[in-house]
Amino acid sequence: MRGYDTAFDVYRQALPVVLVSLVAGLFAGTVLGTEAMRDGIESVPGLLLLLPAFLATRGGVYGSLGARLSSGLHQGLISPTFEWSGRLRNAIVASFVNGMVVSVFIAVLAYAVLFALGRSGSLLELVLILTIAGFLSAVTMLGVLLTVMFKGYRRGLDPDNVIGPVVTTVGDVFGVVFLLVAVAITEAVL
Amino acid sequence: MSDGAGTGPERESERAAGGETEPEPEPKPAPEPKPEPKSAPEPEPEPEPAPEPEPTQKADPLTDAFVDEWAVSTIVRTIVPLLIVLSALQMGSGAVLESFEEQLLEQPSLLVLVPVTIGTAGNLGSIMCARMSTQLHLGTLEFSLDNRNVRANVGAVFGLAATVFVLLGFASWGIGRVLGGTLGLVPLLTITIVSGALLAVWVVVVSSVSVYASYRFGYDPDDTTIPVVTNVCDITGVLILFAVVRVVLGP
Repeated sequence: MRGYDTAFDVYRQALPVVLVSLVAGLFAGTVLGTEAMRDGIESVPGLLLLLPAFLATRGGVYGSLGARLSSGLHQGLISPTFEWSGRLRNAIVASFVNGMVVSVFIAVLAYAVLFALGRSGSLLELVLILTIAGFLSAVTMLGVLLTVMFKGYRRGLDPDNVIGPVVTTVGDVFGVVFLLVAVAITEAVL
Repeated sequence: MSDGAGTGPERESERAAGGETEPEPEPKPAPEPKPEPKSAPEPEPEPEPAPEPEPTQKADPLTDAFVDEWAVSTIVRTIVPLLIVLSALQMGSGAVLESFEEQLLEQPSLLVLVPVTIGTAGNLGSIMCARMSTQLHLGTLEFSLDNRNVRANVGAVFGLAATVFVLLGFASWGIGRVLGGTLGLVPLLTITIVSGALLAVWVVVVSSVSVYASYRFGYDPDDTTIPVVTNVCDITGVLILFAVVRVVLGP
């Protein structure tokens, strides 16, 4: 009996996850490449600048929520049903706060970088866009993550193995879509 | 890939947890061979002004100290500073994107490349780190090219990168065409294959160095390496991609 995996074993086990993330990334990229999004990028200075930070912090906020809930489930600290109390509520409220604080921070930071580069930009516009996009992705990510984790856990899936792919794919896809929605709303409002 | 294909299925079921290659830490193995395990569930290891008291897996779930770990303010105070540092770093790759704005707007194919490159870099990095830290815990890893596990990890990362980036070349060409771009298949495939290969080498180097460093400094690589490596790979992925774009398409 071999006590190790060959490169091919590893390849075969990892391929599905990597391919799912490829498809999600292509979808996100397609949304980025649409006429509407390109118009948005052109008319909102700083949008490309904050894009990587916005996408990456989705992973940070909801990945850590997922890891926390997963450890909590394994330890029996929380139960795999949705209830608005105790630790689960704390974890959800905290991730929501994290997501919103960081989104607004990114908008301010992008404005500061634009300013430092001697480019013009609108702080109000960037903050508004990221507040809307941050809020929409918080609601979606929390909903999807909790549903998938609890349903999966009750069916015997180890949540540790589910969080990563769920957070990255859902985060990428919805992150870009909500950014586009937020740009549209902001342009209509301002 | 020595004696690969034949023994697949049994191996998979044997290793239910240990062999998973998802981009997240495995169910924590009992902390054994590391010198001074220090586990923090939050996904960022930067030195923190106010680190949490050790939330050990063995802690009595009912103690007050443990419940405090789940207080809103504790979670926010731990995560927000890390994310602020992280988003400041990400502005680096944002600035690169911004500097290519004209080309990106003209050629949607290039925009299509961005999320996939970022995501794949992070994925490969976390696969590499999760495997290496598990192997370290199991005692089957040595930091040497003669080690079978090292070779399997490296081979798999190269194979996965080749698969993804060749597919990405075709897909970005097709999608770019539909969205009104004019970039040809040959330059796009050149860009994706060259940047994919560079990225794979880079992922292997960054992951190995960080698992080794984490081990040497006495931190559990399960906790520390994935967040560091995925973020480093995210950021450098964009840098590598656009360095290659510049060389292939000209300034």
